[in-house]
Amino acid sequence: MTKSLRVKTSKFIDETYKISFKFNRKTYYGYKGDTLASALLANNIHLVGRSFKYHRPRGIMTAGSEEPNAIVQLHDNTSRTEPNVRATEIEIYEGLEASSQNCWPNVNFDIGGINNFLSPILPAGFYYKTFMWPASFWEKYEYFIRKSAGLGKSPTKPDPDIYEHKYIHCDVLVIGAGISGIMAAKTAAKNGFKTLLVDEKPYLGGSTIYQNSEHFKINNQISSSWLDKEINEIKKFENLEIKIRTSVAAFHGYNFLLARESLTDHLPVNQRANKIRHRLLKIRSKKVINATGSLERPLIFNNNDRPGILLSSAIDKYANFYGVACGEKNVLFTNNDSAYETAINLNQKGINIEAVIDNREEVDSKLVKETENNKIRVYKGYTVVDTSGYKKINNVSIMQLSKDGEKAIGSKISINCDCLGISGGWTPAVHLFTQSGGKLKFREEDKVFIPNKYSSDQISIGSCNGEFTLDEILSSAPKILKEFLNIKKTDYENLEVNSSFNKSKRNIWLLPSDKVLGKTKSFVDYQNDATAKDIKLALREGFRSIEHVKRYTTTGMGTDQGKLGNMHALGIVSETAGSKMGELGTTTFRPPYTPLTFGTIVGRNVGEYFDVFRKTPIHDWHVKNKAEFENVGQWKRAWYYPKNGEGMHDAVQRESKAARDSAGILDASTLGKIDIQGTDASEFLNRVYTNAWSKLSIGKCRYGLMLNEDGMVYDDGVTTRLEENHYIMTTTTGGAATVLSKLEDYLQTEWPELDVYLTSVTDHYATVSVCGPNSKKIISQVIPDLNLSDESFPHMSFKNAKIGNIKCKVMRISFTGEHSYEINVQASFGKAVWEKCMEVGKKFNITPYGTETMHLLRAEKGFIIVGQDTDATMTPIDLQMDWIVSKKKYDFIGKRSLYRSDTIREDRKQLVGLLTENPNEILEEGAQIVADINKSPVEMLGHVTSSYYSPNLKKSIALGVVKGGKNMMGQKLIIPMENKQINVTVADPVFLDKENKRLNA
Amino acid sequence: MFLINCPYCGEREQSEFKAGGEAHIVRPKQPTELSDDQWAEYLFMRKNIKGIQFERWVHTHGCRKWFNVVRDTSNDIIKAVYKMGEKPPPNK
Ligand SMILES: [Zn+2]
Repeated sequence: MTKSLRVKTSKFIDETYKISFKFNRKTYYGYKGDTLASALLANNIHLVGRSFKYHRPRGIMTAGSEEPNAIVQLHDNTSRTEPNVRATEIEIYEGLEASSQNCWPNVNFDIGGINNFLSPILPAGFYYKTFMWPASFWEKYEYFIRKSAGLGKSPTKPDPDIYEHKYIHCDVLVIGAGISGIMAAKTAAKNGFKTLLVDEKPYLGGSTIYQNSEHFKINNQISSSWLDKEINEIKKFENLEIKIRTSVAAFHGYNFLLARESLTDHLPVNQRANKIRHRLLKIRSKKVINATGSLERPLIFNNNDRPGILLSSAIDKYANFYGVACGEKNVLFTNNDSAYETAINLNQKGINIEAVIDNREEVDSKLVKETENNKIRVYKGYTVVDTSGYKKINNVSIMQLSKDGEKAIGSKISINCDCLGISGGWTPAVHLFTQSGGKLKFREEDKVFIPNKYSSDQISIGSCNGEFTLDEILSSAPKILKEFLNIKKTDYENLEVNSSFNKSKRNIWLLPSDKVLGKTKSFVDYQNDATAKDIKLALREGFRSIEHVKRYTTTGMGTDQGKLGNMHALGIVSETAGSKMGELGTTTFRPPYTPLTFGTIVGRNVGEYFDVFRKTPIHDWHVKNKAEFENVGQWKRAWYYPKNGEGMHDAVQRESKAARDSAGILDASTLGKIDIQGTDASEFLNRVYTNAWSKLSIGKCRYGLMLNEDGMVYDDGVTTRLEENHYIMTTTTGGAATVLSKLEDYLQTEWPELDVYLTSVTDHYATVSVCGPNSKKIISQVIPDLNLSDESFPHMSFKNAKIGNIKCKVMRISFTGEHSYEINVQASFGKAVWEKCMEVGKKFNITPYGTETMHLLRAEKGFIIVGQDTDATMTPIDLQMDWIVSKKKYDFIGKRSLYRSDTIREDRKQLVGLLTENPNEILEEGAQIVADINKSPVEMLGHVTSSYYSPNLKKSIALGVVKGGKNMMGQKLIIPMENKQINVTVADPVFLDKENKRLNA
Repeated sequence: MFLINCPYCGEREQSEFKAGGEAHIVRPKQPTELSDDQWAEYLFMRKNIKGIQFERWVHTHGCRKWFNVVRDTSNDIIKAVYKMGEKPPPNK
């Protein structure tokens, strides 16, 4: 097992820099430049993981981000652990620890492997069919399914790494730094465009950079040498930014793209502290050049998934780039010329090739000839019908193909091997192009989808555009670039290109076997274990749309989104159903192209920045005085102030009692405040509130209810007339922003003729509310110059005043039913004024109270809270607030809706008070209300919206909405709870001080 | 994420704006004189076009101004932007 398969030095691998790493707890060595995959292969390890459904042994299949099988868990049981990482993309570093996934107890012996033998009873849709019935069993099934399924483990500890987001604006973005991308970037940069070139790999040059074959030459230089010089040149441009290890995840409309730049994943863990790990680039580019290349297709035959079976191009890259032989006895199986490039390259490096199996019968190309000249046996017109070897391939069986390609004929030939390279031709990587809204067309000759219609200013060049040979790429690139960038000339006119590649290809989506289909396992989606048999079953069961087949068989639904096998799935569907591939269309490729970590997505928005909150100017005082906080909209509001180990109930009882017995103080700064000015301000208020405003005199306040056009209560608050054409409106805390935008909407679009200006001043003021029978005494000392007599300063009025030099606006308004004052000062003085009130109020036992006590006090008075006692289905009439709806006004927002046939129904849910039979029983908010518990089905009449124990009334009180509740006064209803029924009586929602005597106490 | 050319501020990211539904639905001047059906037509009925749609947008995190946009809902291409009260471009 430890034999080295490192065959030849490569300039991309630094053999003087040895790196040790662990795979499944065992230590191995590799070199700088290796990926985990290449290092494992060099150590002759193919078996990396187990497949998702059948737990079949799986190995490394590719050498890139399209890898479906070799996905591993990194640094298990540490805070940096990460599941589902592709071994083909991990650059090894000292101390790297990786382990296999989806196997227990280990990758060599895995209990789930039994599924492989059970596979006849695990067909497509098995989970859907079996675990559906009975529905009540689902919870039990789910436990076992989740235990035996799942790829990898999520981290359980906080992520120690730093992530960030960055905006980039450029003229031209080039995606992919292969030969096409390099030419595009150089051309753009040379013509003065601000250019960004990105590539997911840690090096530039794509697959050309390691091609040393004499068969591919540009201007008489070997293609990689030619490209090397180009790369050196592009590095000199100041207007060209190059980002490697940067994978474009999403291509949205208007050339808005997201890319992940990976900055520390290739470094030893102990060198990552305080460095940014991933950067999410938000790129806006005027023009985009897709040079995303192409992906080699596998071939679909029986047992095509064993460890040791790789894409032919991957074997080529492991040999050329990493200097690693994937096997000592290699067999290649192909339907096109690509595998011969591999054969010739391997042969040059002294890696043994047992045979090349080509499903084409007549092939005549330079590459084939040279392969044969090298004494490599080529089987023409043959197909692989089976493979063997449990943990690694050890044999392939081949048979001749019938003329029509539908049968395997003749006698079986068996070839021993330890590695099989497969090549089914190439699929343009059009994922990003389609994400952007581009439309594809199907090219029948070689069965590929290529870009057809672009949705934005972008173009595709190179193999992602269906140009697979060097001469095609080099002859079309200059033309495409000149037209796209609107320039006269490129550096690539009239290049002399030698390419020996012959384009002939014999496409058979599902290769025949000597066995019947039912007895084969020909994998189409390796990661999700979907086979050709499953796809045919789905079609037999009536699925026709490719999107439905995908979901039923789970083809293409893994973390790799089926980059390898989607075309074959499509091909099999089209052949079986007799539909044309071009008409079937492809399934939708969705972002991200390769998976993103959550850290990348959230960037800096973690911890205290995850959801930033707003603090009032008095916030620090609340913190210092041990307040518990509640989130209201974006605000942190003091909820209650526990004293001496009090719980919430005790604290609220104490606060509520103090506010009614002597004095309470509340930070009301969060209420929305909108400054309204203009000669039509009064008319504007008339139109937006249900009640009349024209006659409100200067210096007076009025409560207003605001509806939506559908007649439902939207917001409420007190508005004060400061001057003839100047009002200040308050809104609910949560409604401030939406009320302002709603008012702006009407003002700008429906009533532009009104002379009214709205300004949000919520943050400008701090609001201190002092209430209770002693509030007048306290305010008289806080603001000695203010005349507080009822004649001079009655309830619902306003005065400008001064506390020392601090200007303030004082309103005598009340949300508790107590005599009370609201002092509004410039925000920066808020805390000082609050502390002054506390100091003066000390002898009156002034008690700070939070939102919970505020809610209790207003409930005693039957005042509603919009959003708690109302939802978007309550009209003012439903709230028994008919008194606030003007009968005289011709129109206001929502008026017409108040007498729609639906809103005048008598049996609408209406707000009522509820009193429990047992005065100590407190109802649960949200509890259902019924009249008859024995009727089946039980009719739900409504629910409890607010419920408290009132220390002032010494009984429990509640508000609720009940169908037809208005006419049910005194009626007994039932609140059914889990273990009991609570008897309640419908009551007037005003529980305390119906005569409003306390307001002037 | 498209770009919207605010008629007051210029081109900005979509995230600065909020959509406000179909444009050119005028609030009736005399709602009280409408039948339930007529009022419901104004209140509830909106087109949901695949293709060219006239719609309202507001520059919430900018100038707070409302304006109209002509957008192809099938590909989000914005054909025209014009101020409230201005005549819509032809095609309506
Ligand atoms: Zn603007």
